[in-house]
Amino acid sequence: MVEWFHKSTEGLISQTKKDIPEGLWTKCPECGEVIYIKALEKNLNTCGQCNYHFKLASTEYIRLILDDGKLETYDTGLISGDPLEFKDSKKYPDRIRMAQKSTGQNDAVLSGIGRIEGKEISFAIMDFSFIGGSMGSVVGEMIARTIERATMRRIPLVIVSCSGGARMQEGILSLMQMAKTSALLARFDEVHKPFISVLTNPTTAGVMASYASLGDVIVAEPKALLGFAGKRVIQQTIGAELPPGFQSSEFFLEHGFLDKIVHRRDLKGTISVLIDYFNQS
Amino acid sequence: MANPTVVLEFEKPIVELEKKILEMREFAQGESIELTREIESLERKLDKLTREIYSGLSRWQRVQLARHPRRPYTLDYIEHLTEGFVELHGDRGFADDKAVVCGPAFFRGRKVMIIGQQKGRDTKTKLYRNFGMMHPEGYRKALRMMKLAEKFDLPVLIFIDTPGAFPGLGAEERGQAEAIAKNIKEMARLRVPIVISIIGEGASGGALGIGVGDVILMMENSWYSVISPEGCAAILWRDSAKAPDAAEALRLASGDLLQLNVIDSIVPEPSGGAHRDHKGAAETLGAAIEEVLGSLLGLSTEDLLQRRLEKFRNMGVFYHA
Repeated sequence: MVEWFHKSTEGLISQTKKDIPEGLWTKCPECGEVIYIKALEKNLNTCGQCNYHFKLASTEYIRLILDDGKLETYDTGLISGDPLEFKDSKKYPDRIRMAQKSTGQNDAVLSGIGRIEGKEISFAIMDFSFIGGSMGSVVGEMIARTIERATMRRIPLVIVSCSGGARMQEGILSLMQMAKTSALLARFDEVHKPFISVLTNPTTAGVMASYASLGDVIVAEPKALLGFAGKRVIQQTIGAELPPGFQSSEFFLEHGFLDKIVHRRDLKGTISVLIDYFNQS
Repeated sequence: MANPTVVLEFEKPIVELEKKILEMREFAQGESIELTREIESLERKLDKLTREIYSGLSRWQRVQLARHPRRPYTLDYIEHLTEGFVELHGDRGFADDKAVVCGPAFFRGRKVMIIGQQKGRDTKTKLYRNFGMMHPEGYRKALRMMKLAEKFDLPVLIFIDTPGAFPGLGAEERGQAEAIAKNIKEMARLRVPIVISIIGEGASGGALGIGVGDVILMMENSWYSVISPEGCAAILWRDSAKAPDAAEALRLASGDLLQLNVIDSIVPEPSGGAHRDHKGAAETLGAAIEEVLGSLLGLSTEDLLQRRLEKFRNMGVFYHA
């Protein structure tokens, strides 16, 4: 698996790993283990001690699960409008431009056609480093087109989610992206091809309450934050501390909302086997 | 009429003038022509004042109207708009969520399925209704009723009025996100017409979880957005007291949503807001629902579903670089 990780990704813009501080060592936020960065990278950005999965840039994720690390990207020219003329500390278009500059992406999704162990799939992956992976019109449209490509070509669909939810700066229109994507998934059902939804840390709110929850099979990385409402909001509502492990992958599995927790190193193999089981020729 | 103990700041001049007119009426008892003239003049003034105040409402003022404790709720619309409503309970899995009311009824001579979020008016009923905030079992109950409607070919009338899906431990344990996601998907392909009416608050996924339909109507002084003004203010400015600013920034009023092509039409409210005339508000909404339902029932199921898909497919604003 390590080989994919080091393969070059032609045509993809490389990205820095934001999660890991500069220097030789880092600390696992889950178990406190001090990890040598080279060792962390070799371990696909996961903690060897507790299996905590650090974030992985979407370009690296693509190397991890797609054959030859290749994704034929689509829709990279879609740029968000500013329907509300939204301004907080920054104007929304400025916020978008800054995120574009720092990530090299047009918005919080990379999408297109790739292969998993030879099988053609329609694929999308969200990137938390672009405004928290939030879903506005462009994310919604790119996910929608990813679903439509899978429907039209009658191929399996794989979406790797990583998002804090809907993008507030687009107001009601970002909420409507939940309806747009979910409605197209209803249509995708008609071609009887599998949709594997992969949840990574974090997948919450508007994304969790739409396509991320609608996979035929839903798998998650270990110890990811998964849920609907924000922890702070829940804490305020119940007026008490939240139990340990609340809203984690393990919590989701225990309560029956997840099929499987899969370590990053086994993800490609697992997706491939599942597609083989459910893909009708 | 308005409960005198609940008067919004901007309603005060209206309520004061009303009080004055009432006092004069009592004093006059129809005896003095002079006073009658005076009263008539004041009534004209009241009418003008009401129209002035209500034509220039800020978004935050509309949010306050949407939350007015005397505002008509789902059960009020059921009472005024339908006959023979039979409430059906439970999700057949976990519990009966009282924040949502469901069941068949006759609407203008036609059998329909009603689904609506319900708030309470006093402390006891507010708690009983969980402030109109649904749990996963509420969304599953609503879906069960939609499937029932589909099976027996009843159009579905939905009333949205919620400050949000309930953010609690049990809600997360029982899959709030899954429940909402599933409803959105299933509503997109439900084979009977769905008419959505936003009658008060439309907060985020909590609203959208019963909010996918063929036509979306919105009462004039309702709001609908991706987040509540308080939630938005807390995130943006770490201060929920800035909710009035957030309400402006979010463009959550009915006029905004029409402009953004998210709703199909605005249902005008009686002068001074729906809380001042439940029957009048219901009458206008009923007429709007009847009109759209008539045209939806004329469509083939395939056309209906195709149009519903396209409606949501086309939402969003972006451009090609």
